[in-house]
Amino acid sequence: MIKGGNRTTDKLLMDRSVPGRAGVVTPDLDVPEQAKLSPDLLRSNLQLPEISEPEVVQYFTNLSQLNFSIDTQFYPLGSCTMKYNPKVNDEMAFLPGFANIHPLQPAETAQGALELLYKLQEFLAEVTGMHGVSLATLAGAHGELAGVLMIRAYHHSRNDFSRTKIAIPDSAHGTNPASAAMAGFDVVTLPSDSNGNIDLDQLRNLAGSDLAGAMITLPSTLGIFDENIVEVCKIVHEAGGMVYGDGANMNALLGRAKLGELGFDVAHLNLHKTFSTPHGGGGPGAGPVCCVESLTPFLASPLVTKSGDCFTLFTPEESIGKISGFHGNFGVLVRAYTYIRTLGAEGLKSISGNAVLNANYIMESLKDKYFLPYDRQCMHEVVFSADWQKERGVSGLEVAKRLLDYGYHAPTMYFPLIVHEALMIEPTESETKETLDAFIQALVQIDQESHDQPETVRHAPHTTPVSRLDEAQAARRPDLKWQPQ
Amino acid sequence: MANQGHFQSHYIPNTPEEQEAMLATLNLQSIDELFRDIPDEFRNPYLQLPSPISEIEIQKELSDLANKNRILNSGASFLGAGSYNHFIPSIVKSLITRGEFLTAYTPYQPEVSQGTLQVIYEFQSLIANLYDMEVANAGMYDGATSLAEGVLMACRVTKRDHVIILDSVSPLYQQVIQTYCQAQGITINLNSPEGLSPSENTACVVSQYPNFTGGIEDIAGQSTIAHDCGALLVVSTNPLAMGMLKSPGEYGADIVTGEGQPLGIPTSYGGPYLGLFATKQEYIRQMPSRIVGRTVDTNGKNGYVLTLQTREQHIRRERATSNICTNEALYALASTIYLSAMGKNGLRKISELCYHKAHYAANEISKLPGYRIAAPHPFFHEFIIECPIPVADINRILLSQNILGGLDLGRPPFCESSSANLVNGMLMCVTELNTRQDIDSLITALSEIK
Amino acid sequence: MNPSDRQYTKEHEWLKIQDADSNLAIVGITDYAQAQLGDVVFIDMPEIGSTVVHMDKMGEIESVKAVSDLFSPVSGEVIKTNSELLDRPELINEDPYNEGWILQVILSDPEELNSLISAEEYQSFTEQA
Repeated sequence: MIKGGNRTTDKLLMDRSVPGRAGVVTPDLDVPEQAKLSPDLLRSNLQLPEISEPEVVQYFTNLSQLNFSIDTQFYPLGSCTMKYNPKVNDEMAFLPGFANIHPLQPAETAQGALELLYKLQEFLAEVTGMHGVSLATLAGAHGELAGVLMIRAYHHSRNDFSRTKIAIPDSAHGTNPASAAMAGFDVVTLPSDSNGNIDLDQLRNLAGSDLAGAMITLPSTLGIFDENIVEVCKIVHEAGGMVYGDGANMNALLGRAKLGELGFDVAHLNLHKTFSTPHGGGGPGAGPVCCVESLTPFLASPLVTKSGDCFTLFTPEESIGKISGFHGNFGVLVRAYTYIRTLGAEGLKSISGNAVLNANYIMESLKDKYFLPYDRQCMHEVVFSADWQKERGVSGLEVAKRLLDYGYHAPTMYFPLIVHEALMIEPTESETKETLDAFIQALVQIDQESHDQPETVRHAPHTTPVSRLDEAQAARRPDLKWQPQ
Repeated sequence: MANQGHFQSHYIPNTPEEQEAMLATLNLQSIDELFRDIPDEFRNPYLQLPSPISEIEIQKELSDLANKNRILNSGASFLGAGSYNHFIPSIVKSLITRGEFLTAYTPYQPEVSQGTLQVIYEFQSLIANLYDMEVANAGMYDGATSLAEGVLMACRVTKRDHVIILDSVSPLYQQVIQTYCQAQGITINLNSPEGLSPSENTACVVSQYPNFTGGIEDIAGQSTIAHDCGALLVVSTNPLAMGMLKSPGEYGADIVTGEGQPLGIPTSYGGPYLGLFATKQEYIRQMPSRIVGRTVDTNGKNGYVLTLQTREQHIRRERATSNICTNEALYALASTIYLSAMGKNGLRKISELCYHKAHYAANEISKLPGYRIAAPHPFFHEFIIECPIPVADINRILLSQNILGGLDLGRPPFCESSSANLVNGMLMCVTELNTRQDIDSLITALSEIK
Repeated sequence: MNPSDRQYTKEHEWLKIQDADSNLAIVGITDYAQAQLGDVVFIDMPEIGSTVVHMDKMGEIESVKAVSDLFSPVSGEVIKTNSELLDRPELINEDPYNEGWILQVILSDPEELNSLISAEEYQSFTEQA
């Protein structure tokens, strides 16, 4: 099952358990034993494994080797910004003065942490051209929820309760409508025009007194900078609505444009995308919310303020409230701070420049072989369609799976929903020209295979730790935890 | 700063020459031309940021900031209240910083993500075992948001919109529930544990175990009262206490959430942490967040996949069970490693160490004139002491002796909670990391404060 | 081929009268619909005793990566649902017109049958789609 070592991973923890083995030694009780709890409060059965420390290390190390990761593979997963995650960022987050401090310890004993948070608020406000920043939200979707709740609170504060709708483009990420619904709004879909931009006429039709706002991703999930964006914001504003910016694609805009200047009122950033904090196989990330002055009183609690040389936490007067247990994903925030300090304005701008250059290079090199539904300059990612391969009986999914055999992570597939057989490729700024060229070559070769040996592509991957998995069985008869044999 | 855009970062491999070669294939002269779609007046804004610095300077700057903070392990510390200073085996950091785990994305391509997927399946199994629940999901943001999502789920399951939160639940958790429910038309009422009175409108009763002040409540009784009205019981449960306490599943809880931080995750000024979430099989289609299932590949070999995905936002969009994507996978991994290493005996011993040391501290404090153990009975590893003078003053004195005291229950929002009628209440927490010497030095220091 | 002993909707449900005297009908989804969905993994059916309304949503059907609404071809009271589908949703893929039936309903307004289309009409409808 594994590549690399000879220790297999097929036995689960509970099946590895041998009575009497232990992975830790605990100290003896150094105080007199106290009165015990009544036995009816105590548990009699606790099903956890008994495994020695070497076994634990070997098992998890071998499991790790079954993963593709940025450190081991090119990972051009569109809309996910799988860039290099600098190791110094991790080192800084692990400093005992950051990792071993308590969220409720008195502010005077956490001035270094608060100063870092305060400066990060300022950095992010500057990058987005916004006024206020809350770092309390723990992920992109969490930031969306906070931002849309702020829009709601803003309208309500003006005794305007008629605004029940949020407009969202058809190309949007699924979190946008899900977040709007959690904030109590009805979702109306904004169609895209043939250039991939928001259809302005349709927007004008929707923009009435019941419109609370619009949620816009810029560049869009098509990898396109909507050149009408200023007009889009104007139409929403004239109708009395607020414009929410989904910052998932900010890697294209660092130092190139500020959301606040373009007309956005509130936006979240994905620090785990644009600001290089590791994805960790699905989190933790962080999704700070940045907003214009009129929305600042509604930001999620807490913010950090400075008076004299002293930093303290406070809750804005009309805050939507507390949205996470403490002050946000501090360890992630330390990493993003470190990244920004490493790069400065010049560095951030060269990040976006190289990310966009790499994506356009791939687009140009592959558009003869793969159908390009929106044939125009792209930003940090390019969306192809596998429609031409599909005519030969090979789907987008199969092309993506075949890439795994070539040692590349697959692009994002079947998203955005408005592109048939979509393959969304985001190379980021971290890759060498050699890697990009080899990747392009692999996709050219897979296209050739779709002519010469379509069956090879259709049943890919062939070289991975497991082959295609039966997802229908998994969903029909869910097996979600270990059971004794 | 005048030169913005011409800085060559060591995170960008391609040299200016290579960039030029690539631009040539695009028939472009400069990178700036790639941004033509941005309206002129908004393109290339000035960024007022400090100039970039080298790693040497970074390490210095960040270390200086870190050194301004008082580190928990630098002296005796008795602060808990939802974030706990526990022992973390070295193997946890060593394994979670492996690039293969650390720098992978969400396991959307199962063929090359079996490491992450199998870990999550192990995680779900261990959390389900810990709480004695039928199923657990892949993880949530943190304990507070996990509980709030539990409340929303109970409303979906019961199709009811009234919620009762026991006033013994963490005030921080109460606030997060309020935030999550504010736009959902959900009515929230507070009850005391003694005065719990749900009605046929009640979707769920929300409880905490042990509660915010460390008390062990009658979860079985709450379960009966809730179920008699057709309401669910949602219990936020400290997973570390499960080393010794009877599980919420055994008491009949319907949804169990928890803060996973005690299981091998540093306190880190409040995050990142890990939300735990478990429920009964019959409710899985209303569960938020990712779930991993075991299946077979085309060769009949066991493997793992994300499953029951139609609940989630990328498919059901505005009708999803939640907007959540992130499952804090890296910390689900950390807690799985922690539980593997601890095993059933280790976790029992750690929880017993917490219990006995906390009770020793409480007993010793109760002997001091002017101090009183105000609540609760029975308790796990946290308890309230009533002090002779304001807690802020005590904590200042303690800090001067390098002791971090307990939580001042007089500060907002804690002063608004059930313990509000206390005068000078302090919430103390004792864990396995507090030595007898720590505790005795606290007792000595307190005895000198009158 | 779509059986000619029943009627169809453009939302891809079929309805077959089982007993005209008691207005008893059986309802399912078409072969075309199951093929479009792919592997069916779950079906959310209305409760027995509940009322369904002509062309209103009455439930959901899920494949691995899609959810579709089920619309009721007629108004009436649900008297039975196919409980076998809870354990074996694949019956909808394997045998949509027989073992994969979804529910039995007592029609409250048999006039609504006039709005349904024949097997041939449904066939040409799906060929155009």
